[in-house]
Amino acid sequence: MSAYLNRLFLSAVALFLALPLIVVAGVSINAKKALTFPPQGFSLGWYAEIVTDHGWRDALTASLLVATLSAALAVLVAFPLAWFLWRYHAPWAKLVHALGLMPFVLPPVITALGLLGFWTTAGFFGEAWTVVVSHGIFFVTLPLVTVTLGFSAIEPTLVEAAATMGADDRTVLRTVVVPLIRPYVVSGFAFAFVLSLNEYIISYMTVGFTMETLPVKIFNALRYGYTPTMAAIAVLFVAVAALVFGLIARFGDLPKLLGAWSAEDR
Amino acid sequence: MMRQAPRRAADYGPIAFPAAMLLLFFAVPFGLMIAVSFFQRVEGGFYEPAFVWSNYARFLSVFFGRVLSFSMLLAAGVAVLSVALAFPFTYLLTRLRRRTQVLWLVFLLSVLSLSEVIIGFAWATLLSANAGLTNLLVMLGLMDAPTSLSPGLGAVLVGIVYQAFPYTVLVLYPALSRLDPTLMEAARTLGSSPLKGFFTVVVPALRNSIVATLIMVFVFALGCYLLPQLLGRPQHWTLSVLITDQALFQANMPFAAAMAVFLVLVSLGLVGLSLLVGKKENAA
Amino acid sequence: MSGLALDGLTKRYGSFTALQPTHLTIPHGQFVCLLGPSGCGKTTLLRMVAGLDSPTEGRILLDGTDITHKPAHQRNFGMVFQSLALFPHLTVGENIAYPLRIRGVPKADQGREVDRLLGLVRLPGVADRAVSQLSGGQRQRIAIARALALSPKLFLLDEPLSALDAKLREAMQIELKLLQERLGITTIVVTHDQREAMTMADLVVVMSQGRVRQAASPIDVYRRPADSFVADFIGMTNLLNGHVSAGSLAVEGGALAVPGLPASGPATISVRPEELRVHREGAGPNRLPGTVSFIRDLGSHVEMRIDVAGREMIAVATPQDRPMVEPGQRVGVELPPTSCVVLPS
Repeated sequence: MSAYLNRLFLSAVALFLALPLIVVAGVSINAKKALTFPPQGFSLGWYAEIVTDHGWRDALTASLLVATLSAALAVLVAFPLAWFLWRYHAPWAKLVHALGLMPFVLPPVITALGLLGFWTTAGFFGEAWTVVVSHGIFFVTLPLVTVTLGFSAIEPTLVEAAATMGADDRTVLRTVVVPLIRPYVVSGFAFAFVLSLNEYIISYMTVGFTMETLPVKIFNALRYGYTPTMAAIAVLFVAVAALVFGLIARFGDLPKLLGAWSAEDR
Repeated sequence: MMRQAPRRAADYGPIAFPAAMLLLFFAVPFGLMIAVSFFQRVEGGFYEPAFVWSNYARFLSVFFGRVLSFSMLLAAGVAVLSVALAFPFTYLLTRLRRRTQVLWLVFLLSVLSLSEVIIGFAWATLLSANAGLTNLLVMLGLMDAPTSLSPGLGAVLVGIVYQAFPYTVLVLYPALSRLDPTLMEAARTLGSSPLKGFFTVVVPALRNSIVATLIMVFVFALGCYLLPQLLGRPQHWTLSVLITDQALFQANMPFAAAMAVFLVLVSLGLVGLSLLVGKKENAA
Repeated sequence: MSGLALDGLTKRYGSFTALQPTHLTIPHGQFVCLLGPSGCGKTTLLRMVAGLDSPTEGRILLDGTDITHKPAHQRNFGMVFQSLALFPHLTVGENIAYPLRIRGVPKADQGREVDRLLGLVRLPGVADRAVSQLSGGQRQRIAIARALALSPKLFLLDEPLSALDAKLREAMQIELKLLQERLGITTIVVTHDQREAMTMADLVVVMSQGRVRQAASPIDVYRRPADSFVADFIGMTNLLNGHVSAGSLAVEGGALAVPGLPASGPATISVRPEELRVHREGAGPNRLPGTVSFIRDLGSHVEMRIDVAGREMIAVATPQDRPMVEPGQRVGVELPPTSCVVLPS
């Protein structure tokens, strides 16, 4: 009885989470350019339009480029910071760490507004690279959290063992730390990549008037009316996110990454 | 491993780049925003350095008061609904087999990463008259004609809860997955039904986590800016929407900055509070 | 001077002293066990020798050279950790070859050396396995092989066998001792298990509260404990406090003739349970009257607990010389004079 109720509750939640996605997926294969559900006819034309239509294709390229570069930047900022905090005893460095956690704790509109003012004052407002830097800083929290977690998961005796066998700091980093920390770096990159791909307000406030990322393009398109290509894009985004997180789960320990003890820790 | 203070100047090398980046592109913009909030607006969309309180004085209007109280109430509603839904869900999730848990987590993360734009669009579609849920009810004979459920307060609330739900689950997940399963087993052997055990053992044991999560979801919901626009009417716009509007369309940076500073203070205060609550639980 | 010498080695953490100034000389080829309860400073001492912790004061000398401030990675000692610290991202062979690889030894030589070391720990042919595929005892051997890869001058082991079950631990103790004898390598093992120390060590260093209590051969530590802590910590013992008067020791329940007593004043003696003789008659030379409170027959030996004037004494006998006594029976406990060790007060 109780197991049945539990399953019912879980299914209801699954339905709640999946329902909008199902409807959007249905709409995206509609043959007619009209918002109807259940779909009338079947067409993958709207998916093709993502690539064939100049506007959508440019937005897709821009988004992918921004997401890749900014995720890489976020990792480049987060990794040495996390390494330093792990390697040295330096209380003041925790302030830098706290600074790295801030963007994600505050409502995003605040970071967006701050960056808008900053780029305007600096005279770079609207230039394409500013959104890469902005996203890199805004999403630095994600690799910072995963990589810090990765460092704390390294058993200290492994480093000591390497030292007794003749490894200096640099060799330890290369032969022990980097191989052990790699899954955490990759997940940090992936989190930042997926979230950058979906981010709206910072893209909009920094380069919204000169360049369209996909979320900005969808929002602009929504104002002028509906096109099923939006639905196709939405499905594409869900698929990309599911793929990326699925890969992390396949090659890493997702529950542990999200803060659960793994079975051996108990 | 010996963790000691850095000794040579070269030891500081690795932290120089992250520190410089964060200072230049986060701390400086942040400070600039605080400065701008005291600047004087000049007609034509610009502002000049000054030190005036007039931007903050505008908070004392009826309009601002209405937006602020609506934002707070909306965020509170979202926080309560999300936690009420997510807490029992997360508890059940952590009791599932590991493989099933991983599948759920991938699904939750996929939803979590969805753009507000896409969530807004998806729910607008789901709640629309032509492609929405009501068509289903009409097909089942429960309704006469499909109606539109969006825009409206209900739509805004559902949309934000949808966005906040995966986030809430992931905040609760560590605490619940570390909860000793024998606690519940002990309650069972002492005569509690599963439901009674849940409310008399699991909920009280994680009381502080629940409070901390409520606050964090509240701050999260406070940051919503697109869903109120996509799923609501102008009277459902929140402080975040107002900030964006003032900055970009009314070209009043000083006022937008003042509101942002206010939002920062509220958020940081609440986050500090939730950390304090969380710390109490760790100490206990 | 050949060997390892500790000269006033001290470790303090703030106001807490983990290791009191310690002087110790270990000649080459010795098997040394640092033995003591947890928190006695034995691991701190080992880690300072390894270079993993830096001493607050004092020096570490190896063959007369001061190595106190040499970093761990330049000492070329082999170390086995309590957790074993096998690299999870490397195979068994890669783990063993690690110290060779980071020194740029050619691949072919690495492979030969790995095979030789796996032969040494009697686990040939597992080089390509993942560490997680091995059993606890096998991982133990891999950790030992890896630590020996550089033919180190010093071989350091921190509670190396504590994760193994009792049977396997005993077997590994013997194996480790035989390996050490074959290689003639100077070895220091940290342990809290006195049987382990007795099995392996040439020199047992008993420590407590950051201080070396006694450093001697296993049998000396057992037969001639330096103080009551050592007597009590190594095996079971009966400690008796008394006063010297007229050449004998007056204790609760009687007077005992003990050689080596001080001329007067208080004195403590230690007598091992297997030295005690239990008689059905209370009277006799060097006998104390008492009542049997509990007997347990452990098969290989019989243990008797006897209440002597309010103090519990333990006597152990083999099944063959077991005295015919029952719980509740009044008996006489004989302490043969030569088996009583006078402890410094």
